Amino acid sequence: MTTTSSPTTPAGRPKQRPGDRVFAGSAKGAGILILVILAGVAAFLVTESLPALTAPADEIPGGEGLIAYVAPLIFGTLLAAALAILVATPLGVAIALFITNYAPRRLAQVLGYLVDLLVAIPSIVYGFWGIYWLAPKLVPLFQWLEQHLGFIPLFAGPASATGRTMFTAGLVLAVMILPIVSAISREVFLQVPALHREAALALGATRWEMIRMAVLPYGKSGIIGGAMLGLGRALGETLAIALVLSVSGGITFNLIGTGNPSTIAANIALQFPESTGIDVNTLIASGLALFVITLAVNVLARWVVNRRADFSGAN
Amino acid sequence: MAKRIDVSDLDIYYGNFKAVEGVNLSIEPRSITALIGPSGCGKSTFLRALNRMHEVIPGARVEGKVVIEGQDLYGADVDPVDVRRQIGMVFQRPNPFPTMSIYDNVAAGIRLNNKKMKKADLDDLVERSLRGANLWNEVKDRLDRPGSGLSGGQQQRLCIARAIAVEPDVLLMDEPCSALDPISTLAIEDLMAELKERFTIVIVTHNMQQAARVSEQTGFFNLNGVGQPGRLIEFNPTEKIFSNPEMKATEDYISGRFG
Repeated sequence: MTTTSSPTTPAGRPKQRPGDRVFAGSAKGAGILILVILAGVAAFLVTESLPALTAPADEIPGGEGLIAYVAPLIFGTLLAAALAILVATPLGVAIALFITNYAPRRLAQVLGYLVDLLVAIPSIVYGFWGIYWLAPKLVPLFQWLEQHLGFIPLFAGPASATGRTMFTAGLVLAVMILPIVSAISREVFLQVPALHREAALALGATRWEMIRMAVLPYGKSGIIGGAMLGLGRALGETLAIALVLSVSGGITFNLIGTGNPSTIAANIALQFPESTGIDVNTLIASGLALFVITLAVNVLARWVVNRRADFSGAN
Repeated sequence: MAKRIDVSDLDIYYGNFKAVEGVNLSIEPRSITALIGPSGCGKSTFLRALNRMHEVIPGARVEGKVVIEGQDLYGADVDPVDVRRQIGMVFQRPNPFPTMSIYDNVAAGIRLNNKKMKKADLDDLVERSLRGANLWNEVKDRLDRPGSGLSGGQQQRLCIARAIAVEPDVLLMDEPCSALDPISTLAIEDLMAELKERFTIVIVTHNMQQAARVSEQTGFFNLNGVGQPGRLIEFNPTEKIFSNPEMKATEDYISGRFG
């Protein structure tokens, strides 16, 4: 909204102040450091993957080549993350809206703190919660889904007896990323200028209409940003998935069955201790795939946010 | 359709704090009424009480009556949302919705009130409203562009177009020109002179020349000290207020001999 104008520099060489130079230099250095780290990680992944990329198919674990090995993992990663984001985004936005627009101030503060606290819970705790509490509780639901909605491929069954399914893993991930999505959405909703809220109210908008006209459009880029951060965590989540998901199958959309594809990160964690030689290279190659997926997701999110930058409310 | 406003014994509170006390006045339809007074005297609060916008602040309430053409705004069964649909408002800082195009900004209020309107009718209404706000010629080629790309004066006229598009009974303006340059201010003042043919207009202004130029009636608000409620000191025809005010405090204020 407000623009800050830089002071005009006098003609000729501006005076160099040591403080400015140190600050500019360290800021530039920090910026470059990020690029160096990113490039370093990418270079490591590529060089260490090369042996697996060039190896004959029968040397790769599973014996059917790298693609056949990595494809179900990529599928499982995307499926679990997609489930998580589908559940967590609407819920997270709803929580943020409640905190910023509906809750009395006291309650809003308490809820805000609680949400922030949830971010700090380590993922292994979520994993234990998922396997010992959530999974058994979901078994009856899976049986019901199989019986009544079994014609939908997602719920084809046969329903898992342990509850350690893709469905459960997606829900655990959703609970994990919920605080991230809702904390970031909340911050953005708090930034909506009172002017825009009042503009909507003065036109005779109800509170919900005001939220739809002024709050949600203004916060859209923030919601997408929060969802992408959550997605990043969901894609890379290792321990919770490794604990919860009972892995045995290939690519399947059956969310409640016994044969679930693993995810890249969980697979690496589970397989790495017992791997040597080309197996390690194969795991690193799957890590490279995860790296590329995460990068692609972020680029996509940027593109979505920038597509209507004129209307973002930031000008 | 312009309507008359009768306010009797109006007290406005924020929680336990009495912000405005004992206002009595009547505003004629198709006229411009200016409210002047020092900062913090309650004139904006009073204006916002006329369409129940002050209730946006938790704890705000009123005692007394605001009657618009026989309808008590604060009646037990009156929904503030309906009140605001009848009584439009223009704010101090231009506030078009930044996420909407110019067209959608004007159509926003109509879409709230009447969800189903033919595209052609809506196009007509948007054009009519923008013409009514003297903005059509400047924006007709870029109706699909964001309203935030316009100049401050254009944005304010866009907000006026948005407010008049729903054909309100009354148009409230809270220092509509205080963020604008003199040329944009003049454009808004000319516009107000046209709009009063159709609407009852109440304007809060810090600019006394503006009050003298545009209004028929002027109300002077003042307060005795910090923490005291604001009061309507004098309400008279604008000419009288600026040439021969009844109250000493009014004269002191308009002649600049004010503490």
